[in-house]
Amino acid sequence: MVTTFVFNVSLGALPGQFVMLWLPGVDEIPMSIALDDGKHLQVTFFAVGDMTKKLAMLKKGDLVGLRGPFGTHYEWKPGQKLALIAGGYGAAPMFFAAKQAAKDGCTLEVFVGARSKEHLLYLKEFARLPRTTVHVATDDGSQGFKGTNVSLLTNMLRERNHSVRKPFIHRIFACGPERMLAAVSDLSFNEKIPSQLSLERYMKCGFGLCGNCVVDPLGMRMCTEGPVVHNELCRKISEFGKCHRDELGKKHTF
Amino acid sequence: MNLAQTILGIHFSNPTVLASGIWGITASGWRRVAANGAGAVTTKSLWLHEHRGHPNPTIISTEHWTLNAVGVPDAGIEKARQEIGDYMKDKPVPLIANVIAESIGDYGKVSAEVLKLKPDFLEVNISCPNVEDEFGRPFACSVADASAVTEAVKRVSGKTPVFIKLSPNVDNIGAIAAACAEKGADGFTVINTVGPGMAIDLKSRMPILANKVGGMSGPAIKPIAVRCIADVYKATEGKLPIIGTGGIMTGEDAIEFLLAGASLIGIGTAIAYRGDGVFKLVCEEMKAWCQNEGVKNISELVGGMHTALRRSNK
Repeated sequence: MVTTFVFNVSLGALPGQFVMLWLPGVDEIPMSIALDDGKHLQVTFFAVGDMTKKLAMLKKGDLVGLRGPFGTHYEWKPGQKLALIAGGYGAAPMFFAAKQAAKDGCTLEVFVGARSKEHLLYLKEFARLPRTTVHVATDDGSQGFKGTNVSLLTNMLRERNHSVRKPFIHRIFACGPERMLAAVSDLSFNEKIPSQLSLERYMKCGFGLCGNCVVDPLGMRMCTEGPVVHNELCRKISEFGKCHRDELGKKHTF
Repeated sequence: MNLAQTILGIHFSNPTVLASGIWGITASGWRRVAANGAGAVTTKSLWLHEHRGHPNPTIISTEHWTLNAVGVPDAGIEKARQEIGDYMKDKPVPLIANVIAESIGDYGKVSAEVLKLKPDFLEVNISCPNVEDEFGRPFACSVADASAVTEAVKRVSGKTPVFIKLSPNVDNIGAIAAACAEKGADGFTVINTVGPGMAIDLKSRMPILANKVGGMSGPAIKPIAVRCIADVYKATEGKLPIIGTGGIMTGEDAIEFLLAGASLIGIGTAIAYRGDGVFKLVCEEMKAWCQNEGVKNISELVGGMHTALRRSNK
């Protein structure tokens, strides 16, 4: 089940940043920001764990705590051609980036991917943006291309004769499962298109103290020096695409 | 101007130390903090067995203070072996291993296991205010408990110096330090977090921390840390080195800690206030102050307040 909350508050957040969302008496979790337009702040999530299930049951006017915004954000130059790769609920922060970049006169190729069509998010919102083309991929083929959004982009770069000298795409932004990010990282490296990827790690404080979101071997804190990481740096993170740590600091493979 | 010192046989290129509980849960984290200029790093408290922390929210921060009730989560000794093992292979700065346990016997056991990894110092956390519910009062709050833990650890510690991390939340920190010193403590880390404290969210009327209360750190606790360092230094006649920690933000704060009696200074919460460059900033500020005052070696400053007091009393 997908839920979107719109808060009557702005935190002055930039696309790619996150907030810590608190439900008193339950938990506090990091959540990427789907929009902050200076008046409203929006988040979108799937009800999968205890906290998100309880959040999804809230009614208009119920209390939720917000801390933030935290972390790094996506960066572009006005008028650039951007490819945005959104996997699952990664579509929410990608929409924020798309909306702001579109305001800056960027041309957007948005590749929304999910397991199946029920998990596709923000398609209508993307479609309403100027100079934006939306491409859809599902693993089971229930909507759009059958396969991954990254292979869709790979095909498109080939069709449009993308080259470093005559770029079809200037920058790639990606947010989604880490396997998808790893594929984007390789594509970005091979095609020499700079990319910015949003990495998710277990977080407690959100502002660089607890050390839970530190990645090997660089020792960087993903809440502070991430979550949005440039690919050159990302490729130096040896655990990228391979493993992550839990709340006790124990390693788990993806 | 020289910031370097040798303490209990270990060389420190500068007196800043990453305090326990902050950032340092992996070898890569310790390396990163060392690259950022820390003179030494301290591990997060290591347990013999897996220990789960508190649910979130676990840390909140304001301009003046930070409250935390992370609850000392740790994966246990096997993770310590991997991470410390990795770090010691190519160690940029000294490593202080911080250990914690729920019983006096376990303090001995976890210390024995961690000492096999050859840390430069062992720091014994007897003062965490976050785990009180599990075993009553922290060991640091009574002379008998604190000295019993010291004795248990010293029995297994061999040549590795043992630092006891003391609590400020007592009315006799000097007596506790003296009792630990009698049992062979080689040094002290002063202080752990203050309180516990509480912060309430006005709208929900709920305590913000899931654990309701948490240990206080940050600039507001500095005067308490300075007084505790002075008390411990006086009670041990300045014979044992002190790692002074609690609210240090600037080089001048660090100098104040040295004058109170600290030889090394722990930095933790300041990372949130001044960023990961805080170790270099504090060192530069200490150097600038020393040059201005004509101080050649920072070791000249250790315990300087006590000397000044004696002089003025004459």
